Amino acid sequence: MQKFTTHDGLVAPMDRANVDTDAIIPKQFLKSIKRSGFGPNLFDAWRYLDEGQPGKDNSNRPLNPDFVLNQARYKGASILLTRENFGCGSSREHAPWALEDYGFRAVIASSFADIFHSNSYKNGLLPITLSAEIVNDLLHTTLSHEGYRLTIDLPEQKVMTPDGRAFTFEIDGFRKYCLIEGLDDIGLTLRHAEEIKNFEGSRRAAQPWLYVESAR
Amino acid sequence: MSSQTLYDKLWHSHVIRSEPDGTALIYIDRHLVHEVTSPQAFEGLRLNNRPVWRVSSILATQDHNVPTTAVKEITDPVSRLQVSTLDENCKSHGITEFAMGDPRQGIVHVIGPEQGATLPGMTVVCGDSHTSTHGAFAALAMGIGTSEVEHVLATQCLLSKKAKSMLVRVEGVLRPGVTAKDVALAVIGEIGTAGGTGYAIEFGGSAIRGLSMEGRMTLCNMAIEAGARNGMVAADETTIAYLRGRPYAPTAQQWDAAVAVWKTLHSDEHAQFDRVVDIPADSIEPQVTWGTSPEMVTTIGGKVPDPARETDPTRRQGIEKALSYMGLKANTPIADIEIDKVFIGSCTNSRIEDLRAAADVVKGRQVSSRVKLAMVVPGSGLVKAAAEKEGLDRIFTEAGFEWRNPGCSMCLGMNDDRLEPGERCASTSNRNFEGRQGTGGRTHLVSPAMAAAAAIAGHFVDIRNL
Repeated sequence: MQKFTTHDGLVAPMDRANVDTDAIIPKQFLKSIKRSGFGPNLFDAWRYLDEGQPGKDNSNRPLNPDFVLNQARYKGASILLTRENFGCGSSREHAPWALEDYGFRAVIASSFADIFHSNSYKNGLLPITLSAEIVNDLLHTTLSHEGYRLTIDLPEQKVMTPDGRAFTFEIDGFRKYCLIEGLDDIGLTLRHAEEIKNFEGSRRAAQPWLYVESAR
Repeated sequence: MSSQTLYDKLWHSHVIRSEPDGTALIYIDRHLVHEVTSPQAFEGLRLNNRPVWRVSSILATQDHNVPTTAVKEITDPVSRLQVSTLDENCKSHGITEFAMGDPRQGIVHVIGPEQGATLPGMTVVCGDSHTSTHGAFAALAMGIGTSEVEHVLATQCLLSKKAKSMLVRVEGVLRPGVTAKDVALAVIGEIGTAGGTGYAIEFGGSAIRGLSMEGRMTLCNMAIEAGARNGMVAADETTIAYLRGRPYAPTAQQWDAAVAVWKTLHSDEHAQFDRVVDIPADSIEPQVTWGTSPEMVTTIGGKVPDPARETDPTRRQGIEKALSYMGLKANTPIADIEIDKVFIGSCTNSRIEDLRAAADVVKGRQVSSRVKLAMVVPGSGLVKAAAEKEGLDRIFTEAGFEWRNPGCSMCLGMNDDRLEPGERCASTSNRNFEGRQGTGGRTHLVSPAMAAAAAIAGHFVDIRNL
């Protein structure tokens, strides 16, 4: 997993609430058996004027000029700024894969849906929750200042503006540690393999019906 | 020990260890697997040379990509590869799989309970947000992402943090024509699609206790649409009666011991919840969504809202965008909205009781000539067989419905069952997001009886007036 410590990046504003995972990456792209290559189809239905299909060449598809990421001023954006309940809907990890593959390193929102939130950490994409007032203020500033950038400092848990303001955000200590170190959860968990085996052994003894080997 | 909620009991009985920040390693009893969210997880195991921790905890099926017509093979090569990848992964690890053609194949959230593979007191995970369905059995059930699927495959555990607890209490008796689906939509209308974020929801009260297991599954299925990763209902005689004799349920020798444990799976009398939401049963009417989020819902007697009357700018913009996408005018009565297609199916509403409710409405009537396609997609091969034994298939086909093979189908249109741009659908599924049932498609979420009635009338109608 890609490490995350500090990041300075161009901000793209997505001024809407309840952006769902079907919008982030539509279902036809979920047929892939790979983890990569979803970036060109991020927000596919909003981003292009025609219907995208897996395997289709995206380079000559008609772009929707009204869609925010198609505007020249947001080219190369690596921080997505949006409103509440971002990532609601399905559990598809293809959503953070697509955001990360496109080039986003962080999403700032006033709230996130639970599954999207935990999926993001597993992929080095940092979800940052700031208050609705701060998000509203940052959205207006981003829209009115071309080339608006923010700096994220994960060890210090701060988002810093060019005019010197700093907003603190919360993150679980364990997730922060894994992101900063770029650690693989599974490797960490397997360090506790003996504890897991012991737990499993007692559970099997107490409730053997949970351990049916196959259907009758 | 002080009073505990059902969630407290389920959580504490699965914690193996905790980090100082509260992140816990919780043990997973049942892992359900389907073709869409698992290939990258199995690939991860292979790349790291890790075995599957407990093969017998896994039950796999194919549901999202499978065709619902009589064809034996998937024609789309991308879909076919995803399905055959699951076959190969299951074969190489020795995992039980109900593949296409197996009479037990079906939607993962239908077959788990149907097989008795979901039991009270279990932790149940699946790479699918609607895993909350299994909470109907007093299980701690949650949808997970693909990295977590890999984590569970490799370690039999999940890293998680305890959520806050919410009790949604529905006391009283549901009015005739009001189903679990209407309760679910009414709850989401009340608390919003983010209302349950960070919470585990327990559904309680006499109206919930009065629901069948099918109804409880419909309700818990939609917990995620309220933002809650888990929904659950206490175990009782209804739960126990449903499970008796199912293929993975405890056998004679263990049955009594299991039942004794299951009977403890309820919130204690004075258990404290972080939030309690009361919705009187008799206040709930048949629901229809009008927008592009499940919280954009009203009653069959209601009207499409007017954005001009919304004072919050973000919400007003949300309503405007939704009405534009849905092709609806403000203040239109819901009963005046005409439909093009009808979909009865999905992990929300494709069980035998759902099909019976729809067939009751359809019997002796004809699908409206303005409806281009009305389809019934049973949740599993076993549901299909049971329905055919009761003659429900003939009631549907004689009325002009198509009677299909099991799968997720037009809930999300990963197979060939899709809406065309601009088509409007009365659907018993769970999400009305933009493009969910097909690019440009317009979804209205309703109960099976309401969908059946809309098919007959060609527009939404109040089933209580039929």
